[in-house]
Amino acid sequence: MAFEKYDFTPITQSIHQALIENVSPLLTTIIEWTIIGVLYLLFIAVFGLFLVYAERKVCAAFQQRLGPMRVGPWGLLQTIADFIKLLMKELITPKSVDKFLYNLAPFIVIIVPFLTISVIPFAPGLQSLDFDIGIFFVTAVSSVGVIGVLLAGWASNNKYSLIGGMRSGAQIVSYELSVGMSLITMVILAGTMQVSEIVELQRGGWFLFKGHIPALIAFTVFVIAGTAETNRGPFDLAEAESELTAGFHTEYSGIKFAFFFLAEYINLFIVAAMATIVFLGGWMPFHFGDWAAFNNVMDFIPGLVWFFLKVFGIIFLIMWFKWTFPRLRIDQILTLEWKYLLPINLFNILLMATMVLLGWHW
Amino acid sequence: MTNEQLIEQLTSANPDAVVKQGSQYPEITVAHDKLHAFMQNIKSDSSLAFDYLVCETGVDYPTFIQVVYHLESTAHRHFMVVKANTENRETATLDTVADIWPTAEFHECEIYDLLGIRFNNHPNLRRYFLDDTWGHPLRKDFHDDIHVVER
Amino acid sequence: MAEFSEKYIVTDEIKADEYLVNIGPQHPSTHGVLRLLTRLEGEIVHNVEPHIGYIHSGIEKMTEALSYPQIVHLTDRMDYLSAHMNNEAVCLCVENALQVEVPERVKYIRTIFDELQRLASHQLWWCASGMDLGALTAFFYGLRDREDILDIFEETCGARLTLNYSVPGGVMFDIHPNFQKSVKAFITKFRKKLPEYDKLLTDNIIFQNRTKGVGVLSKEDAIAFGVTGPTGRASGFSCDVRKHHPYSAYPYIKFDEKMGTDGDSFMRWKVRMDEMWESMNIIEQLIDNIPEGDFAVKMKGVIKLPEGEFYQRVESARGEFGVYIVSDGKKNPYRVKFRSPGFSNLFTINHIAKGWKIADLVAIMATFDLVIPDIDR
Repeated sequence: MAFEKYDFTPITQSIHQALIENVSPLLTTIIEWTIIGVLYLLFIAVFGLFLVYAERKVCAAFQQRLGPMRVGPWGLLQTIADFIKLLMKELITPKSVDKFLYNLAPFIVIIVPFLTISVIPFAPGLQSLDFDIGIFFVTAVSSVGVIGVLLAGWASNNKYSLIGGMRSGAQIVSYELSVGMSLITMVILAGTMQVSEIVELQRGGWFLFKGHIPALIAFTVFVIAGTAETNRGPFDLAEAESELTAGFHTEYSGIKFAFFFLAEYINLFIVAAMATIVFLGGWMPFHFGDWAAFNNVMDFIPGLVWFFLKVFGIIFLIMWFKWTFPRLRIDQILTLEWKYLLPINLFNILLMATMVLLGWHW
Repeated sequence: MTNEQLIEQLTSANPDAVVKQGSQYPEITVAHDKLHAFMQNIKSDSSLAFDYLVCETGVDYPTFIQVVYHLESTAHRHFMVVKANTENRETATLDTVADIWPTAEFHECEIYDLLGIRFNNHPNLRRYFLDDTWGHPLRKDFHDDIHVVER
Repeated sequence: MAEFSEKYIVTDEIKADEYLVNIGPQHPSTHGVLRLLTRLEGEIVHNVEPHIGYIHSGIEKMTEALSYPQIVHLTDRMDYLSAHMNNEAVCLCVENALQVEVPERVKYIRTIFDELQRLASHQLWWCASGMDLGALTAFFYGLRDREDILDIFEETCGARLTLNYSVPGGVMFDIHPNFQKSVKAFITKFRKKLPEYDKLLTDNIIFQNRTKGVGVLSKEDAIAFGVTGPTGRASGFSCDVRKHHPYSAYPYIKFDEKMGTDGDSFMRWKVRMDEMWESMNIIEQLIDNIPEGDFAVKMKGVIKLPEGEFYQRVESARGEFGVYIVSDGKKNPYRVKFRSPGFSNLFTINHIAKGWKIADLVAIMATFDLVIPDIDR
């Protein structure tokens, strides 16, 4: 197909070839690791900053404001200025904190997005880790983040932080279940856990359309649970600023605070990316039945653009939630998960399994 | 009940209290030792039924401190002012009415803070606004060389 | 400084599994410097003890050294969101004491200002309590519309927040020629905007779950604790001073006292929303009928009240505001007491927040509409 020409595999292959011909295999591996690491680091830093900017602009649009406008054209440099400010700020360690855990927490929180992002295929051939258990890996690794949040809440020796940390722990552990189950629903449809293959399988149509009713239910549940898992409003209990001032990261300053902040936005990206990959066909272009002309035009748009368009669509949706809804209460959040989302999910898995068994999907 | 009827009833029921028509509302001055019983009576008496304590405050006079209660009946919509004087200014004490109107508990704390009247049987008498180093600023003999400039 | 004494910190014994949290003095949801000493078990509130006085400014003491026109200026520093009602209360008290009859025009202007001020106050309450519940967008909607009222205030009296518009004997200046036009334009505009408020929050299922049935204050408790204003009316306590003791132009107009029955947070919310509609109705009845005439009567250069005691009640945006003046015939009052609605309302929090969660405590405080300088005075 036409969009195959945007495949990144030849580029990565040629770099690998060039390296392996000139240096030893060990050095090749090290150099490749370094390149990938630096690329991800840059991506996370830049994309995190951009998401902060996007959030501020989206929020401003909902609130009939302009948002940042002063620093750079359309305020584009505002978040960079903020980030530099955060870097230069004094790192305050309160006297009575548990120093080791206090300093460890932000690193645990920031490591999670680095791990999860590795399995995400941005475009054909642009994926660093292609497991056969990719989906499983994402759900497993993303729950490590809650340890960081709990540690931050506990080690800060602040009652507000502790309440925030505990709330967040209860919430994330609960919503892990829904995220995992809605993904499993789709895995039943796909028949594989390998991320690249899941995307490849959607060549003929996105899973959201292929799996129709159960896929739609799973998608809704995934977006709700994903919002909750990233601690974003209306589920931002852990840092409910009108109740707990800033929740688990109250006592952090400077770059450590920035780590929490950045991790939240990259987690947002990962949730949106997973929704894109599993439900919306990843980097696959949008095709409509047998409208050949329309489909050809769609094919001319590179996979990378498709991927980010879909991701931004979902990120916008999640931001929309945050700036519209009031916050839930902790018991209501847990009720929503255990009394509504979980039974719906279990039923949905059954429905999907029946459907796949009887071949009712497109 | 009109003000005249109110005055009449209060006078007949409390012969030793001073009842008069004030500038706006009927006023009754009750002896400090009879205050609590009187208050209980005007709340429970169904023809008076003063169930809403609008305002409770104190006024410092040269020889005594007066506590003024503004009372309204939500059933009959009549309004009355009750006054009670403490025996002296030095050890000003008065019975609490916090058990009759819960809101009095907080107004009495304020009065204690600003005028220094101790209320007997008050559940939790503490200073609301000022800390312990302050005197009682609404007393007329209050002097504060640091914070107040005398003209 | 005084010794740190335990008796001011904890009134009851702390049981096992309980811990103390100071909500405030600096806390986003206390809307000022209020400290709630909260005894919690997990998330559940066992006891709330309000500690006030962080911005006690001794206004009652100050008034003893000031003349009556000067006292008016201090009153809008108390409840700055219902500044005009507070001004008016002192003016009415002084006028009643002197038996001065103010011109009809003044009564109309004051009443319109009262209701505009009430609208502005309820708008700020709406947006701030929306923010307390986590709906941050609400904050900007409310402030956007409040701006129009503040512009009207600025046009006529030059001030936006602390108006100082009422003076004993009338108002300070005549209304701006554009006043009627801009008020009418505002009403037309706000009638369209107010349903947006409902769409954004009142009809929202999360919002209703957060507020319905939360922090119920019964009618008996409302009366016993002296809870007035929309908060008291939500419990079914008919306490509208405008209705029961009408002042200014309120006797001339028809309006409903908006009442609730449940006394929960949602009902408090609903009563305030209804009051905004009612305020607009009141303004519309008055705005075209402002009689011609003087905007003030000539008062003596030095106002001296006759000896005696005077009490004046007005309905501020938060409840019943009272001024009690004891005069000894001099140009300064002997004693002034301001009965502030917030003071009585605040202390019910312990009574109704027990057993609810921290988030509910915030919701209760949001629907109580507390203004801290009003409590501390």
